[in-house]
Amino acid sequence: MGKKQAGTGPLSRRPDNSAFKQQRLPAWSPSLTPQTVLPTFYILSLVCLLLGIWLLITVEYTYELKVDYTDAGTCEQCFNLRKHAIDSSTPCKCTVSFHVPKTFPGDVFFYYGLRNFHQNLRRYMDSRDDAQMVGRKNNLKAPSSYCAPFDYDANGKPIAPCGAVANSMFNDSLTVMYNPTDGSKIQVPLYRKGIAWYTDKNVKFRNPPTNNTFSLQQAFEGTTRPLYWQRPVYELDDIDSNNNGFINDDLIVWMREAAFPNFKKLYGVLNRAQGPFTEGLPAGNYTLSINYNFPVEPFRGRKELVISMVTWFGGQNYFLPIAYLVTSGLILVTAVVLTTVFVKVGKKGKNMEE
Amino acid sequence: MDGACFRETLRTRRRWPDVMAIWKKDIRIALEEERHVRANDRDYNERFSYADNRIKTAKYNVFTFLPINLFEQFQRFANAYFLVLLILQLIPEISSLSWFTTIVPLVLVLAITAVKDATDDYFRHKSDQQVNTRQSQVLIKGKLQNEKWMNVRVGDIIKLENNQFVAADLLLLSSSEPYGLCYIETAELDGETNLKVRQALTVTSDLGDDVAKLADFSGEVICEPPNNKLDKFTGTLCWKDNKYSLDNEKMLLRGCVLRNTEWCFGLVIFAGLQTKLMQNCGRTKFKRTSIDKLMNTLVLWIFGFLICMGIILAIGNTIWEQKVGSDFWEYLQWKELTINAVFSGFLTFWSYIIILNTVVPISLYVSVEVLRLGHSYFINWDRRMYYSRKATPAEARTTTLNEELGQVEFIFSDKTGTLTQNIMVFNKCSINGKTYGDVYDEFGHKVDITEKTPCVDFSFNPLMDRKFRFHDSSLVEAIKLEEPLVQEFFRLLALCHTIMPEERNEGELVYQAQSPDEGALVTAARNFGFVFRSRTPETITLYEMGQAVTYQLLAILDFNNVRKRMSVIVRNPKGQLKLYSKGADTILFDRLDPSNEELMFTTSEHLNLLGATAIEDKLQEGVPETIACLTLANIKIWVLTGDKLETAMNIGYSCNMLRDDMNTVFIISGHTMLEVQQELRTAKEKIMGPSKDKFSSGLDMEKTELYSSDSVFEETIIAEYALIINGHSLAHALEADLEQILVDVACLCKTVICCRVTPLQKALVVELIKRHKRAVTLAIGDGANDVSMIKTAHIGVGISGQEGMQAVLASDYSFAQFRYLQRLLLVHGRWSYHRMCNFLCYFFYKNFAFTLVHFWYGFLCGFSAQTVYDQWFITLFNIVYTSLPVLAMGLFDQDVNEQYSLRFPNLYRPGQLNQLFNKRKFFTCTLQGVCTSFILFFIPYGAFMTAVRDDGAHISDQQTFAVTIATSLVIVVSVQIGLDTNYWTAVNHFFIWGSLAVYFAILFAMHSDGIFTIFPNQFPFIGTARNSLNQKIVWLVILLTTVVCIMPMVAVRFIKADLYPTQTDKVRLLQQATRKQGPQEQNLRRVRRTSSRRSAYAFAHQQGYGELITSGKNMKKEEELALVFNMRK
Repeated sequence: MGKKQAGTGPLSRRPDNSAFKQQRLPAWSPSLTPQTVLPTFYILSLVCLLLGIWLLITVEYTYELKVDYTDAGTCEQCFNLRKHAIDSSTPCKCTVSFHVPKTFPGDVFFYYGLRNFHQNLRRYMDSRDDAQMVGRKNNLKAPSSYCAPFDYDANGKPIAPCGAVANSMFNDSLTVMYNPTDGSKIQVPLYRKGIAWYTDKNVKFRNPPTNNTFSLQQAFEGTTRPLYWQRPVYELDDIDSNNNGFINDDLIVWMREAAFPNFKKLYGVLNRAQGPFTEGLPAGNYTLSINYNFPVEPFRGRKELVISMVTWFGGQNYFLPIAYLVTSGLILVTAVVLTTVFVKVGKKGKNMEE
Repeated sequence: MDGACFRETLRTRRRWPDVMAIWKKDIRIALEEERHVRANDRDYNERFSYADNRIKTAKYNVFTFLPINLFEQFQRFANAYFLVLLILQLIPEISSLSWFTTIVPLVLVLAITAVKDATDDYFRHKSDQQVNTRQSQVLIKGKLQNEKWMNVRVGDIIKLENNQFVAADLLLLSSSEPYGLCYIETAELDGETNLKVRQALTVTSDLGDDVAKLADFSGEVICEPPNNKLDKFTGTLCWKDNKYSLDNEKMLLRGCVLRNTEWCFGLVIFAGLQTKLMQNCGRTKFKRTSIDKLMNTLVLWIFGFLICMGIILAIGNTIWEQKVGSDFWEYLQWKELTINAVFSGFLTFWSYIIILNTVVPISLYVSVEVLRLGHSYFINWDRRMYYSRKATPAEARTTTLNEELGQVEFIFSDKTGTLTQNIMVFNKCSINGKTYGDVYDEFGHKVDITEKTPCVDFSFNPLMDRKFRFHDSSLVEAIKLEEPLVQEFFRLLALCHTIMPEERNEGELVYQAQSPDEGALVTAARNFGFVFRSRTPETITLYEMGQAVTYQLLAILDFNNVRKRMSVIVRNPKGQLKLYSKGADTILFDRLDPSNEELMFTTSEHLNLLGATAIEDKLQEGVPETIACLTLANIKIWVLTGDKLETAMNIGYSCNMLRDDMNTVFIISGHTMLEVQQELRTAKEKIMGPSKDKFSSGLDMEKTELYSSDSVFEETIIAEYALIINGHSLAHALEADLEQILVDVACLCKTVICCRVTPLQKALVVELIKRHKRAVTLAIGDGANDVSMIKTAHIGVGISGQEGMQAVLASDYSFAQFRYLQRLLLVHGRWSYHRMCNFLCYFFYKNFAFTLVHFWYGFLCGFSAQTVYDQWFITLFNIVYTSLPVLAMGLFDQDVNEQYSLRFPNLYRPGQLNQLFNKRKFFTCTLQGVCTSFILFFIPYGAFMTAVRDDGAHISDQQTFAVTIATSLVIVVSVQIGLDTNYWTAVNHFFIWGSLAVYFAILFAMHSDGIFTIFPNQFPFIGTARNSLNQKIVWLVILLTTVVCIMPMVAVRFIKADLYPTQTDKVRLLQQATRKQGPQEQNLRRVRRTSSRRSAYAFAHQQGYGELITSGKNMKKEEELALVFNMRK
């Protein structure tokens, strides 16, 4: 066999003496020694404890208020009206009163919350066409098959925006009135724009190309609005024409599908420019008036208004501080057990000696 | 050996697990019952369309590669499974994942395998090409022409010259030697290196080398169809209205080499793939390791688990659809989905099978193969297993068995050529009561003979053999003083043998010896001035101290196993008749004349002792040390040898397997079944002690079995016993009634030696242990007689660098020296096993942690088979993000370095006990995976239920959730592999940190604006990475998840190592302590050789050429020589 090799002699076929081939690469061999493991446990426990306390304190100073208006106040009648899809076009308005016990200092955020609404079902989530929403003309006229059966209407007209997600967009409009003790009514001013992610607003959602002579409406010509919508997509915002089409903030927020069946989505941010709202949302009585369009009765859902403050790590969230504290405790217990075992039972590693 | 096969084409390539060794294209003519071959008549022979002499072992060509290779690959269960998944994914109703999530890994796996197969086939093409283009001389149209082998046809007459390979299966027609004799070496066919004689029919041998006559030869051969029987051939030659019967003695088979014959002519009967050699190269049976088998079982279990999960989720979906879903679809007016909850459940089942498919890891098999290949390369590259004297590196010929090297419990070793060098050295002799051969210094102390001891100068003798070494000069002085007994002694050695001399040039003698010890004796006589120069049927010519002396050879009584001696009767020039006899000491002592008279010249039972010789078959280097070390590793070593009892025992003593301080050495040599049974029972009773009588006596097999399976009991026997069993006794002991007690006794003994065993018995012994002990067996040997055992054992090791190729070709691993076995098992084997087990544990853990998150999510998303992760993440997780760190661990990890592996052989124990990866371990690591997935899902879930971004925008959307969990997962499994890695080389660092870096790089790339603008529907996660990974809450969640997933594991490992440290833990600690102190002088263990030397007489145990010599058939002299003085009655 050796004859086939080039060259002969006793060393002709000797393997190379490289560290790699001889499996002698320099290496670091860490191991779980008590000197490293026990301190790690104590330090981690401390870190978790500190984080937990910090988070807990932060959360303690944030307030959140939930107003379930599904069938509260005068909304019961609207709730019943919306049971039937036939009456979907009939407008219905109602009001719900609520009380804010403590002033919400600083920035205040208004969310609409839905319960038992499954935005995370596979078929539902897939039922959208991102290519259409980025303004591609082809997809505007011929939506993706993923949108089926919400891609074309009964007359074969393409739907824009297509798909089940867009079709079921939350379309209640909420107005909050502040009722100070003097009996006056002040509308709580909300920023209704800038509530979506920057990337969504500027990259993911784009209108079909328009220019001075070619309006948005013309761009959407040949398409029809989704079945459940009262207005076409290019007329979603009747105040700000730049907020129409696929780049409408509410649409964008809605299209970012929630991971769980109970969720809240940003509706508006308190405008603190004037009035009694410069310091935040004052304590007192409020009225929520609703243009009640979104039916929840068919799927036994609930809807609510959530008013909340925001901290450095997000909104009011008790889970994280408690989870950190519990983890800290468990690690501490483990550390103590490990230490005891090591010192008492394991006889300080005497087991390790031969 | 029957059925043995030399794989011509295997020389240049490596075996692959799932590649047939030889691709047999079935071009055999259907039902060929008889073969008709007419010499020199191509037209006639072509009518039968026999195979031509081109061999094709390659499987593919450029065009057939893709279809055939793909077809083969999809025959594998895993690949077929993923193909089915792929098809399922194309059905929109159940497609829960995009097609690319499966096709990308599948294509990658297929591509890696295809590249591997293609490389393999390329080498096969090359080797085919090399064989096919060898030159041979073919008689075409009355002229000898050079032709390539592949152009040789059935019916051609070809001429072979000395030392040429036989090109096809030939009928010998004529040769340069008298009587149409020719000699062939069949080493590459059956491994036997001695020459065999073939003889042509007289009618054809008269054709000689007359080309014209040969061209006119028009005989027709009618013979059997192609078959694989190497030792049988039946046929008839019809020529000139006569019929001559043909047998195997007239055939030259492909793969043989012509020796000692100037030329010969042959008629091609079988060519190419129809030759007996190629017919023997069937599909090689591939050995599978126990891990392999376990892995297959586990994959089936996982598969079952997958189906269970699918069913649970499908039922969940049905219930959910009835209670919640139907209302929701109703509200959406999605008619297609409102139809039937049960049907929806059915679809969901398939959807979940698709998304949970990653629990059956597609890359598992490919990764395992890559690991084993890597480990095999490390074996090939190991300089410490390279034998520079023969320029032979170790070679892993099979790449599928590496981890089994770490689990060996029984080693079955051949003796000759494996433990010993099979180089017979004339060491000492005793003549007339004086011993020659030892060297003494000036003070009269015996000096150990080493390489440096000065050798005796034989320059007075021009015919000496330069390689011969002797250290005691007193013998030469005795020769020079012409002491008559010394002369007579060497005269005997020069006369009494069956060696054939060959003198190519003047004074350049080469001896063709039937056995190496005979050669050693005659070579010794040659150097001491009694040169055996030539022989004729009735004479032997010696050069005695330069003088030519011719003896009349009257008779040869050849050696055989019963008489155990050989004798010659010669008449010296003075006219004296002498009988010289040499043989085994035990036999000859009986025949010595009690009185010390003159030499007897009759064949009576009274002979005179001239002297005794000591021939040493030297042990290979380091054999006793290796055996001692392997014994410490709790590996039982059995020696299975064809040698006789005394020789085997002596080797046993010299390599420390037998020691004087052993309690008892049981020798089983009964000739009947009852005797053997009695001997075995006695042995067992003695070992177990009288109190155990009630178990061992009688036929209480059940209890006996109970005992034998109780390994703890076996170990409590402190006393050391040895068992030596003879071949004929073994034949009885291997019968069904006795095999249990044989196994019991043998396993209670420290050492087992079986002598006088046949190759078949070797295999049977291995089979016995495989069956009864369920232990991993390794057989090591060098010769053709070891092939059956090598093939039977789980692992076969061949000693390479020797004459015969047979053992090496049948083996899985080969190296040049027995002592490398220690390194192969204790270092490479142990590492391989350790790495493979850790790899598998981690692999299953990783896949469960990754996949089961979908299961938990099912309970929140209405069991709709919505995936948690981005589809691209699913595609890349196994093949990009997490494959390399674990591969690096599987390739480079060293729990204990090589020095400590060798210093503490008991580190080998976990492998034998199968402790590092078994069903329990599998459950542990999958459970860890399940827990990890639970934590990975529910901590982010808890946090995200109420979370918003720090700018108030919502963050609990599915995409952010996906990115958070994916990032946590990648970090957790990276930390876990970090914990599992004991040996962080630069490569490990690079792969682990690199994988994390690549994860983030790909994440941001896939979520970038650019790629979304091009493919908006394929990359809907635009901006998610940026918008979520800049949130503190996401990192808080990732940190918490990682801590909660990892810390319990750390605690468990720490406490385990603290309370119940394994041997490995201890040695690691020691190793680290030593490293801190700095390297210490290593005290190499020296094995003491206390054994008392016994008389060793290794003697040829095959019949020699005696009859051939006296019949004169092989002599070139033309005179009729009829004198045969045959003493045998």
